[in-house]
Parts: sequence; structure tokens; C-alpha cells
Amino acid sequence: MYLSVVLLPFPIQWGLGGTCVNVGCIPKKLMHQAALLGEALKDSKNYGWETPEKVQHNWDTLKNAVQDHIGSLNWNYRVQLRDKSVTYINGYAEFTDRHTIKTVNKRNKVQTFKAEKILLATGMRPRYPDIPGVKEFAITSDDLFSLRYCPGKTLTIGASYVSLECAGFLTGMGLDVTVMVRSILLRGFDQQMADMIGTYMEKHGTHFLRKCVPTRIEQIEEGTPPLLRVYYKKTDDPQEFSIDVNTVLMAIGRDACTSEIGLEKTGVLTNPKNGKIPVVNEQTNVPNIYAIGDIMEGGHELTPVAIEAGKLLSRRLYGDSSRQCDYINVPTTVFTPLEYGAIGYSEEDATDTFGEDNIEVYHAYFQPLEYTVAHRDEAGCYGKIICNKADGDRVVGFHILGPNAGEITQGYAVAMKCGATKEHFDTTIGIHPTCSEVFTTMDVTKASGLDVTTTGC
Amino acid sequence: MLQQMASVSFISHALPTSSIFSHFCRRKSFLEGSRICRRYLSPASQSYDLVVIGGGSGGLACAKEAASLDKKVAVLDFVKPSPRGSVWGLGGTCVNVGCIPKKLMHQAALMGQATEDAKHYGWQVPEKIEHSWDTLIEAVQNYVRSLNWGHRVQLNEKKVQYYNGWGMFLDDHTIHAKLKDGKEEILHAKNIVIATGMRPRYPSEVSGAIEHCISSDDIFSLRKPPGKTLIVGGSYVALETAGFLQGLGFPTTVMVRSICLRGFDQQMSSLVTDHLSGEVGVDIRWKSVPLSVNKQTDDSLTVRWRDESCKEHEDQFDTVLFAIGRDPQTRNIGLGNTGVQLAPNGKIVGFAEQSSVSHIYAIGDILQGGIELTPVAIKAGKLLAHRIFGASEKYFDYSSVPTTVFTPLEFSSVGLSEESAIERFGEENLEVYHSFYTPLEFTVSSRPASSCYIKAICEKKGKQEILGLHLTGPNAGEIMQGFAVAFRCGLSFEDLSESCGIHPTSAEEIVKLNITKSSGEDPTVSGC
Repeated sequence: MYLSVVLLPFPIQWGLGGTCVNVGCIPKKLMHQAALLGEALKDSKNYGWETPEKVQHNWDTLKNAVQDHIGSLNWNYRVQLRDKSVTYINGYAEFTDRHTIKTVNKRNKVQTFKAEKILLATGMRPRYPDIPGVKEFAITSDDLFSLRYCPGKTLTIGASYVSLECAGFLTGMGLDVTVMVRSILLRGFDQQMADMIGTYMEKHGTHFLRKCVPTRIEQIEEGTPPLLRVYYKKTDDPQEFSIDVNTVLMAIGRDACTSEIGLEKTGVLTNPKNGKIPVVNEQTNVPNIYAIGDIMEGGHELTPVAIEAGKLLSRRLYGDSSRQCDYINVPTTVFTPLEYGAIGYSEEDATDTFGEDNIEVYHAYFQPLEYTVAHRDEAGCYGKIICNKADGDRVVGFHILGPNAGEITQGYAVAMKCGATKEHFDTTIGIHPTCSEVFTTMDVTKASGLDVTTTGC
Repeated sequence: MLQQMASVSFISHALPTSSIFSHFCRRKSFLEGSRICRRYLSPASQSYDLVVIGGGSGGLACAKEAASLDKKVAVLDFVKPSPRGSVWGLGGTCVNVGCIPKKLMHQAALMGQATEDAKHYGWQVPEKIEHSWDTLIEAVQNYVRSLNWGHRVQLNEKKVQYYNGWGMFLDDHTIHAKLKDGKEEILHAKNIVIATGMRPRYPSEVSGAIEHCISSDDIFSLRKPPGKTLIVGGSYVALETAGFLQGLGFPTTVMVRSICLRGFDQQMSSLVTDHLSGEVGVDIRWKSVPLSVNKQTDDSLTVRWRDESCKEHEDQFDTVLFAIGRDPQTRNIGLGNTGVQLAPNGKIVGFAEQSSVSHIYAIGDILQGGIELTPVAIKAGKLLAHRIFGASEKYFDYSSVPTTVFTPLEFSSVGLSEESAIERFGEENLEVYHSFYTPLEFTVSSRPASSCYIKAICEKKGKQEILGLHLTGPNAGEIMQGFAVAFRCGLSFEDLSESCGIHPTSAEEIVKLNITKSSGEDPTVSGC
């Protein structure tokens, strides 16, 4: 009989469930959906709906609806833990030795627990840069989804998907939004796709300050929202500029929550650069201590990966399974206004790994049927698959920029797990009319240089 | 002139239709006669490597592909007006009166739902938003016409000769084309592809059906808003149409003789109709049949119908649409002058698209044993062109073709229905994994999700190969496409459960399937 104990870092500003539920995937997707519905309202006129020319958006209504849903998820988790007889402690946990954890709760009650095995899944929190005024006046994704007031004119700082997704949905709600980036967008992602996302966002109302870094933040006026002045400079020029906004959202990266939990008392090694914990099959260098999720070195900072890794680890430790979590071909989606779904290698990484001569890239622009009547931008939606010619044209990279990219990408991730080749894609019949079917008729290679604008039917 | 007259007479012998013109020529004055005769001289004669009869999805794809192999190709396309007088341009059913306008109307209805949802997401939308049928129809028709034009341009670019005319076989290698402008042409063809498609069926036993009722041929260009509508049929055409009409604000009734979506998984079909009658509000009258349709002085239609207990009723509607099936257009193209065999349903019997006459082929909806879907016709047409003219041995594989029904709650599937799987493999050899899920987007807008459902029908043994995958929910078509590729790779349940989900999406619920029907456990899953 094994006792599982769940411990929480404190002070918490949200309920049980972690980043995804409270300040990540869930509220993000709901706010993204709100922005998409704003677009739908505009499109609806072309489809005959007598929608007013301008429809206002109320931040409070959305924020309350989102928080209500999160609250229900927090509750569900409490119920699920209880149903599975898992003891839940809402307290800050620290190691006193390899097998002992001390917790302190809100009321300063201290408890000590001894455990045969300990799993670390403390996740990450947004990073603040070391510049004046940022801690006092800037917010992060930790704060945005429960902000008591409409953010107003917003500056998001960072080129991460967090920055772009937030900038995207805030623009969609009718706010004046600027993104400040130091260099490239979406580091680590396919750069052709990243550039296309930036281009789309710019075309659709989000401003970009490229090659800029913030130097300090001042408050000009108090209020809800306040008026802030952000001073910044270009990366290659010392001259200072400024921009006045109501909200500054820092989204320059996240730090692992592995300092201040007494790890030094256990001997568990962490990467000094990012605080992440190196593991082998989720086991740290200390045999009874394991780590999963965002804090795991070499993993993917994604909820489904963490869930899968966690389940399989438990089955290996306590069941009779030997199955390891498969970190290859993990699909992901960036929920920018035009969504981006990706599986496997970026074009750059595929070229590095397999060699340029062994890579064949098939690609196509496509126009969602729904955009036609809505007179929406014809350019912008794009898909490409990267094949390894040295391995029977196995598909090693999949990328799509278009509406519902997440929904589209999922099935292809399964196909790639099954070892799909270009031939499998070609011999699959398309579902008509959809955006996704473009991948079943992708004939033109990048190498050919031919025009890749597909016509509709 | 005499020479011309002589040639006209000669032709009039060979071709009955020309006799009218030769007679006409003889009766007119000399000058006028010569001018007219020059115009209505012997129908021009052309020889082609390939003549395609039918300018729809399959026909156009085959023609263009053959042209890209440097063959001399012609396409004949002609639309006989529907009983209500509807006609359309090049492109076939899909472009004009099928997939394309259907999906746009479906989208229009979804937009209506979106304006409702938007309120919950903070948008200050007025309580009620009206819909203009005219605006929608004009927008849809504008797009359809742009596609017609696009197809004309493509044929031109590929140097495919386009005849806007009705083709009739004179013999195995000769086709007579009666063009829209009255001209005639004779086409000699080394190879012929028949891709004439299908048209909606009208019931001969229901008086007033042909006279007063419309079909899918008419709905997408209907000048007047349809108003209170009766749709007769249980096909996907019937259900999709009912879905978007009701969604656009037209009170809609569906009259079904027996079951809906015959041939599809029936559990999934029930979920679709439950949603249609429940959340969408369509009035579905099961086991009912229309008896007669009469037009009143105010143009409304009185429908006499019989319910399942054989009781007769009368109801008023503004529009009655029949969607009881479609008939292949093969009985009026002169096939009797060839050796091409037809099945009793009128479809062309053949193997690998080749008819009983070796150089006459059939693709698309009219092929017996085929699948009535645009992408199937296109792919089959392209492969056929390569087999006829290229050195290809590749045949179209009709198995594992995915499809989507674009009802308000979309329904996608690939592989076997549960009934077919049980029949083929035996219930004891199957394991069905399933779940009822709630799309995240439905939460904030408080939309019920009782019909959003997934099931994977698997073999029980080994890695549990997936025999059929079915899904109802928003964007079902977009979701299923990638899984169809996985299906082609021989997808097993093990592969599915080892795949990582994309969060948060509805599609990830497929890789998270873990509850079996046999366990009896409640398959309702929560999201995060």
C-alpha cells in the first residue's frame, strides 16, 4: 500500500492543477477563443448576419467566465484526488534529507513526511529581467488571466509563444498591442513558420518593436489600469526611446522552481543555467528521487507529455510495466491568431540532422474555404512536410499555419508515430472540403521552385 | 454552294439531327441559305486521345492529368436544368451544388451559433441578430462562379478543349456533342472517360413532387428565402441541409422513411440526429412518408403525409426539398450504342474504372462499387490518366476512405462501422474504446456537449489494430484527416495510446481513449 502525497509550493494565488489549468493552456485557449469569436463576428456579416459594424468587448465578462471554469477544474482535481485516496497537502514543501520533506501551510502549521520515493513536479514560473521598475509595474502570464481590470494598451515583452499568444488574443479583443522582441521569434521553432506568424500578426493589427530591449519602467499615473512608460533601446544603439502603455506583460522565459526547496540537502543535481533537473527515464542522480514535467532537463514543456510521463512512471514503479515515455515526435501547437501546429523536426534541424541532400520539403499555401465568402486574407495559410529521402521518404517534420491547426495536427502526430512516409500521405484520400486535406495532395517540392498557391475545388 | 448543299445532305443522312438544318437550308433564299448552311454545315469533327464526358471533380482531374502527359484531350460538360430551372457552370456537383456551397452554408449557420457564444466570451452582441438569405446566396454564388471561371482558365492553360455541350455516344469511339449555342460537333476518341455524375431523384409516387418541390440542385441559388421547410429523406444531404437551414432561422422538418445515414455507423447516426432534433431544434418525423404536395394560391405547399401508425396528416410549408437519393446520369448519353454495361441502378459496371468496353472508363459517382466523394473521383481520375497514357500500374485504393458529414454537429469517420466490424470479425473479437468529451470552447459558452463522442473499434488481439474510428464534434473533418493517414499506416490502439496529445484540443481526446464499451464504465471524460 503506497501513500501518495501531493504538496504545493506556497503562497499560491490559484487552486490545484498547476500552470496548465490556472495560468497556462486552459485560460489561454479560452481567451484565444474569445478573440476568434471576435473575428467570427466580423466574418458573419459576409455570411448574411446583420451583425453591428463594431462590437465592443467586455474584459470582466470574459475574465469571470474563465475564472469560473478554472475554479471548476480546481474542484474536480480535489475530488479526483480524494476519490483515488491521495492525501492533499496545501503547503510549501522543502527537503530535509533524501527521504524527508517538511511542509508549512498558510497557517504556519509544520508537518514532516517520510517517503520511500519522491517525485518532483514543481514546474516553472515566469522570469523577470533585472531592470528597474519591472517587479513593481510589470505583470506576467501569472497575472493576466485574473487581471481585475482590462489591460488596455499593452506591451508584451518577449518572443516566446506566451508573448505572441497573449499579444494575439489581446489584439483580437480590440486592444492596442505591441510586442517587443530582442531578436528572433519563437526560438527553437521552425523559423520560416515563426516569421510567417509574425507577418500575419503584424498584418492583423499587432505592432512589433524588433531588435529592442527594455531598459526601465516607470509609472506615470496610478490606476486600474495604470499608465506606464517603458524605456527601451535598440540592441545595436544606445539611444533610449519610450512607449506609454497601460500594461506591460513580461514573457521572456520561465524559471524552474527547483531552488528554495532544499534540493542541496539531497544531492540532486540541477543545471546551473536553468535550474532544470537532468534525469534518465525520469530518475535523477539520486535513485529514490524522480522529476517530470517542465523542470525535467531534455523534456518538453507540455502538459500532455508531463501527464504521460507521470502515468508511465507510476506504472513502472508500482505496476509491472516497463514502458518508457516516448519523447520523439511530440506534437505542439502555438495558439496565435493564426494557429501553428508542428510535429518533429523544424526544417533547420532536419537539415542539420539528416543533411540537406537527404531532405525533401513538400509545401503548399492553401485558402480555407471559410475565408472566401468572408473576404479574408488569401495569403498566410501554409503547410509543409519534411521527408527523409534516405529513409524511404519518412515524414520527419510536419508544420501547418492555419485555423484549427491544433485539431488538424493531432492525427498527423499519430501517423508519424506509426512511421508514416510521403506515400502514406499521398495514398490517403482527402476529406473535402477541409484545410487538412491539403496534406494529402502535396506535390510541389521547395527544391522545384514552382508556384505553390493551391486553388480551391 | 451546291457542293456545300451536297455535303449537308450527306450529313443529314448520317446524323438525324442535321436533317432539320439541311431542310432549312434548302428552303431559304440562296444568299441567306448559303450563310446559314456555312454555319450549320456538317458538324465539325475532331479527334482526341481522350474525351471526358462530364466536367466535375473526376472528369476535370482526369482530363488535366492526361493533358499534362501531352495528350489531346476534350471535356464535355452540360447541365440540364433541374425541374425548377436551376443550371450552373463548369465544375460539377461539388463546386456548384454540393460540397462547396454546402460547407459555406454550414459555415453561415455556425457563424450564427458563434454570435451566440460570443456573448459569453465578453462580446456585447445584440440580443437577436437577423440573417439575410439574399446576402448569403449572393456571396455563395459569387464564389461558385469564381470557381467555374477558375476551372475554365485551368482547362485553357492545360490546353484541354472544353465543349459546353451534351455528349451522346454514336458508337464506341464517337461522341456527338450538342453545344449550348446550338452548334454540333463530332468527337472521335481513342479513349473515353464517362464522369457524368448524378442528379437528385424525385419520387414518382408523390404527386406534385416534380412540379412544386426543389432539391439540392436548387437550394444554393434559391432567390426567395426558403421559409418553413420540409426536407424528405434520411441522407447526409437531407441532414446537412436541415442543419444549416434551421441554423439560419428557418423552421425545418425532416421526414424520414426508415433510418438516417444508411451505411454509416448507426450509433453515430443517432448522435447526429439527437443533436439535430435536440439542440438545433429540427423537427424529425421518423417512419413517415409524404403522399402528395399541392400548391396553394399564396404559393405555400400543402403536404399530405403518413406517419408510422399509418395515420394521415396535412401540413403547410413554404418549401419542400427532396433528398431521397441521387440517380446516375447514364441513361441518356447513348450508351446503348456501345457495349458498356450498366448495373440495375444505372451505374457503370467495371473493374479498376474500366467498363465492359476496354477503352471506355468510368470515374466518380457513376462508378459501380466506387465511393461518391470528390477526392476519390479526383485521385482515381488522375491515376487513371497515368494508367491509360503513362506507364503507371498504380490503381486507386477504395479502402479506408475517410468522410465527414457536415451536420451542425460534424461527424467524421474512417474504416468500418461497428455493425460492419461485428459482422466481419465477430463481436467477441472486438474491443471498442469510447468517450463522451466536452470541447473546451463549450464550457464558457455553456453549450451542452452530450453528443460529442469518439469511438475506436479495434481487434481484441495483439496490438489491437483499429478497424474503424468515428467522431462527432466541432471540426470533425479537420480532426479526422490526420488520423486517416495513420489508418493507412495500419494504426493500432497501442499506437494511439503511445501518441502524445496536443493540449488543449478536442482531437487529443482520441489519443486519450481508454474506456471500453465492454467494461460498462461511464465513458464521460473531463478535459484537463
